[in-house]
Amino acid sequence: MNYNWNWGIFFQPNPMGTGTYLDMLLSGLVLTLETAALAWVIALITGSVVGVMRTLPSKGATWFGFAYVEFFRNMPLLVQLFLWFFVLPEILPKAAGLWLKQLPNAPFWTAAIGIGLFMSARVAVQLQAGIGSLPRGQKMAATALGLTTVQGYRYVLLPMAFRIILPPLTSEFLNTIKNTAVAITIGLLELTGQARSMQEFSFQVFEAFTAATLLYLLVNAVVVTAMRFLERWVAIPGYITGK
Amino acid sequence: MLASGRIILKGDKEVKHFRSIGLALAATFVVSQAGAAELTGTLKNIKDTGAITLGFRDSSIPFSYLDDNQKPVGFAMDICYKIVDAVKKELKLDKLEVKLNPVTSATRIPLMANGTIDLECGSTTNNAERQKQVAFTNTHFLTASRYVFKKSSGLKSIDDLKGKTVVSTAGTTNIKQLTEANVEKKLGANIIPAKDHAEAFLMVETDRAVAFVMDDILLASLVAGSKNPSDYVISKDAFSKPEPYGIMLRKDDAPFKKVVDAATAALYTSGEGQKIYDKWFMSKIPPKGLNLNTPISEGLKHEFAKPSDSPNPDDYK
Repeated sequence: MNYNWNWGIFFQPNPMGTGTYLDMLLSGLVLTLETAALAWVIALITGSVVGVMRTLPSKGATWFGFAYVEFFRNMPLLVQLFLWFFVLPEILPKAAGLWLKQLPNAPFWTAAIGIGLFMSARVAVQLQAGIGSLPRGQKMAATALGLTTVQGYRYVLLPMAFRIILPPLTSEFLNTIKNTAVAITIGLLELTGQARSMQEFSFQVFEAFTAATLLYLLVNAVVVTAMRFLERWVAIPGYITGK
Repeated sequence: MLASGRIILKGDKEVKHFRSIGLALAATFVVSQAGAAELTGTLKNIKDTGAITLGFRDSSIPFSYLDDNQKPVGFAMDICYKIVDAVKKELKLDKLEVKLNPVTSATRIPLMANGTIDLECGSTTNNAERQKQVAFTNTHFLTASRYVFKKSSGLKSIDDLKGKTVVSTAGTTNIKQLTEANVEKKLGANIIPAKDHAEAFLMVETDRAVAFVMDDILLASLVAGSKNPSDYVISKDAFSKPEPYGIMLRKDDAPFKKVVDAATAALYTSGEGQKIYDKWFMSKIPPKGLNLNTPISEGLKHEFAKPSDSPNPDDYK
């Protein structure tokens, strides 16, 4: 292969005048982490609410949960971000649309909320499965003890269900981090975006993407390890997920 | 996917071009005598396989893009076909298969490095930084960094961008110049990077940004292709000196570069370069019959008279 390898490129100043090329990639990494963190909080909260709704006795709640999940999981993430960023402001009343467009950091907020909602559908399905995997007797026992529905979920069902779905939730968290790469489509210069910029400026494409790959791997390895600890920490001895 | 996406044109297409490039032939005969002994690099590869692969862009109007038959056409493509003719003559081949391979700004370097494409026919800026990785033949276009805005926004000069939201395409030399101007002139503009030109233009179209900073010729083609071309204005003042576009080839392959340079030099100096220029910039082009109406610049006229592969904008005055 006729390629001029230059691993020293990371320590050369980048043309944007913001330090070295490595600084450029690291600023992208920070943005990736911020977007992923906010998206994950949104995904967990909305996903939990919708997941619970899907297991409620109420027909309306179940139907809403079903519609919500199908809406968000059946459309490619790329298309969703595009819709939120370019189409939503156009269908709103003119003043509201203009306000939305001129919001500072619009790509960041759109990406975090868009990815958060997309991932929430997946969290919802898993929580529903987690609750569904509990023996029916638990819910009945909660009712027999005189707990209300809310109390039953809060003190009996959810603590167990969340423990059961912790391993798949780890994967979803990793997916959230990786999905932030899609946000370059709305102009968010996160890690993948910065790697692309770097290769356009320097033409050192392999170095740029090798570095991005390693950074993603590193972040995900940290997350996996942290989640392992969390699983061990919350485990209840004698129960399925305990030792 | 790449293999199935290739369109293979047979040799008969090139025969037509033959008579018209007398100068190119004369130039390449000289080269062929010198290099006849032992072929190396790209030339050897082309001789062995009987095929040359051109990399094209899918939407770099009017340099290299797909027409309504999904066939790559454009100013740079026409130049590349002339180069192919010269290579065929140089290698004394009866038949030279031309393979076409789509490239993007992200894939052009790896595909060039690993030998998938032999020439990149598009609108790639030739600069010193990039020459560390690839080589460029004689410049085929000069373009300066300008901005497009809606007439209704009433912008007059670069200073009017103060505090406004301005978009440019991520990873381009343009966004770099914009960032520099922003600091230098204390504009305090909010700069957003877009993924590609089409999206950056969409940001201006939907009022997410007041201006889009890009190579003026690309702006002209985006405006010409928009819903209401009369709504947009391209600025008079520029962010940069005119920068050269070049057809890209592999680095450190002197014999091949010599053939390509001779072919393009012969083409530009013969006046046929001007003819091809007019075909793409001064008359209707497919697929929609747009006319970019961009007469050749003084700088490019000089370049055509005295072809150069310099990456330095100061060499094109």
